[in-house]
Amino acid sequence: MSVKGKLKVYLGYAAGVGKTYRMLDEAQELKQKGVDIVIGYFEPHGRKETIAKTEGLEVVPRRVLTYNGSPFEEMDTNAVIRRKPAVALVDEFAHTNVPGAERVKRWQDVHAILAAGIDVLTTMNVQHLESLNDQVFHATGIRVRETVPDWVVDEADELVFVDLTPRALRNRLERGVVYSQEKARRAMENFFTESNLTALREMALRHTAHEVEEKLDAEDAAAAVSAESLGEPANGAQAARRTERILICLTGRPSSAVLIRRGKRVADYIHADCLAVHVGDPTHDGEAVERHMSFARNLRIDTHVIVVEGGDVSGAIANFARTHGVTQIFMGRSSPLPWWKRYRETVVQQLVRQARDMQITIVAERRR
Amino acid sequence: MPSVDSCRPNPEELLRKVQADERRESRGRLKVFLGYASRVGKSFRMFDEGRRRKERGQDVVVAALQTGATPEIQEILKNLEVIPAIPTKHAGRDYFPMDMSALFRRHPQVCLIDGLAYDNPPGSRNPHRWQDVSELLDRGIAVITAVNLQYICEQQDAVERITGKRAANSIPAAFLQEADEIEVVDAPPDTLVDRTGSNVKIDSRRLAELRELALLLAADVVDCQLQEYLDAHGVAARWGAQERILVCLTSRSNAADMLRSGQRNKLRFHGALLAAYVEQPDLPARDRELLDQHLALAREMGAEVHGLKGGDFVDAILAFAREQRITQLFLGHTGRPGRAWLARSPIDRLIDAAEDFDVRLFPHGSSL
Repeated sequence: MSVKGKLKVYLGYAAGVGKTYRMLDEAQELKQKGVDIVIGYFEPHGRKETIAKTEGLEVVPRRVLTYNGSPFEEMDTNAVIRRKPAVALVDEFAHTNVPGAERVKRWQDVHAILAAGIDVLTTMNVQHLESLNDQVFHATGIRVRETVPDWVVDEADELVFVDLTPRALRNRLERGVVYSQEKARRAMENFFTESNLTALREMALRHTAHEVEEKLDAEDAAAAVSAESLGEPANGAQAARRTERILICLTGRPSSAVLIRRGKRVADYIHADCLAVHVGDPTHDGEAVERHMSFARNLRIDTHVIVVEGGDVSGAIANFARTHGVTQIFMGRSSPLPWWKRYRETVVQQLVRQARDMQITIVAERRR
Repeated sequence: MPSVDSCRPNPEELLRKVQADERRESRGRLKVFLGYASRVGKSFRMFDEGRRRKERGQDVVVAALQTGATPEIQEILKNLEVIPAIPTKHAGRDYFPMDMSALFRRHPQVCLIDGLAYDNPPGSRNPHRWQDVSELLDRGIAVITAVNLQYICEQQDAVERITGKRAANSIPAAFLQEADEIEVVDAPPDTLVDRTGSNVKIDSRRLAELRELALLLAADVVDCQLQEYLDAHGVAARWGAQERILVCLTSRSNAADMLRSGQRNKLRFHGALLAAYVEQPDLPARDRELLDQHLALAREMGAEVHGLKGGDFVDAILAFAREQRITQLFLGHTGRPGRAWLARSPIDRLIDAAEDFDVRLFPHGSSL
């Protein structure tokens, strides 16, 4: 049995800030110190300075997979593991593999490499973090499809923020360092606008600060546990942890994805437990509900289903919340009823009326 | 008491802004590399940028150096013109102030200035180096400089709490806020800790705390820049990366619970906490007294308190929340037990209209 490898993530806020360059810089340093290091996957993007940085580094050849008649190159994870270096470089952590690859996501390949006792250096941009998906959409108008669950990044041993000011990045684009001139021009008009870049940069800074704080909190918690096992009284702050429980009421409606991300993000920040429940008739909206349930489980949320016949949905939610020690209920907004049905109440209205002893958060959809 | 009106720019403010913009146009650009501790590599990044700019044809000179330059920096310096400092002795101490007259005569495009928080010897043109930098900028010379978190005046209390030390010299945060660009130089603390020292664990913890502080400071600066940019380009305020919590208070609110939760969220998210009430001239004396108590508590807990004018509670709150880019709105459950036929409660109306922020409802009466 080998000890699990260590994971180091270079986090940026956009393509071209220099994540891969910084990673390769470290790789060269390690190599000089005599560390056995290989490139598992590297995306050159035709950037000269970056390509020059790979000089002298051993590269594990990629694997070619055919999909829809076209060849696609992916990292050869098994070959990297067989080669068994001390450290492997794997670019683009958030990448989704072509169908037919052994694993769906590159971060899963990285987990396999780590499990083999190999340290990994990797790169990603902040917009690929699941919890920031809605915020990124709101700020930039772009819905990022390739996402990485936050816990995957939380588990990294080290996170390094690679900064470059938006102005410097746009200069780089103008000079054709990042993309070809034509592609750069289009990029600058669309995604790489000054306001988009500034917003993404702020998110990356805040997220890195959050990760640093989480690591410090985890150290405190570990220290409190060991103090307790030595018979010392637990630190008050630690005893107060995990007293909040957030319950997310998910449905089959598309806005449930926003609700799940938001509830989980708040739970993570305030160190609350996070549960999700679907109350209703599973034969109705079954497929969409199951999709949201599985999405919630991927984010490590504890999920439950309550079947109600007769339709007292809000009563069942309130009941579940009370019996599970929930301190805060998260719900999406019910779609407004047409005026001729206004004599009826929406589920939110019912719950608000029935559970006036509970904290209820109604999550906004945050469309642009 | 500040009201909604005070949040809108008045004519004088607009004039000041225009004048500031005009000044900025003729002024040299200021770029600051910000690090959280020495040895993160700020100076290297600064000189490296100078090197690249020179290679691209800009007229770059070095105006201030620090002792103990690394071999990498010395290598870069070989190819850069240095305007030597004027060695000065004062009260038995050696000083190396920049040669301002030589710099004015030479008038380069770009000045590289290491150690921004340097104090000049008594009798110098300016007591502080950052004031020298200001003068260079006024003369249209661009400045690239580097500074450590511990030298930023407004951060010094926090730094002292972490390290137990306080630097004698400092620069005002406002100087940093005015910089055109701030770039964060980040590195994991482990690379900075002196492994041979006896306090490896304490050192790395302190460094992590400083690192978080620096990242959050940079995030705040970036947030201001983003708002300025959006204002300048007439883009409506957007849901930002920073969590902004608004606690809506009435005489009947359970203010203690709401504010405590608000304060907790503010701390955890490193966000902003605001409290607002809608002014009601005909409020009974008893209610007035209760409301005043709530407002006093809000101020005590560090909330920014706003009195809103305007007849309709929901409209006033909604307008204020949008203007302030609120992301979480805290409100008490309605006190009314029943539900009037077809009438929508204020809470229903708020929830229906809250597209950009979450609404969190709190029970009346203490939950403790």
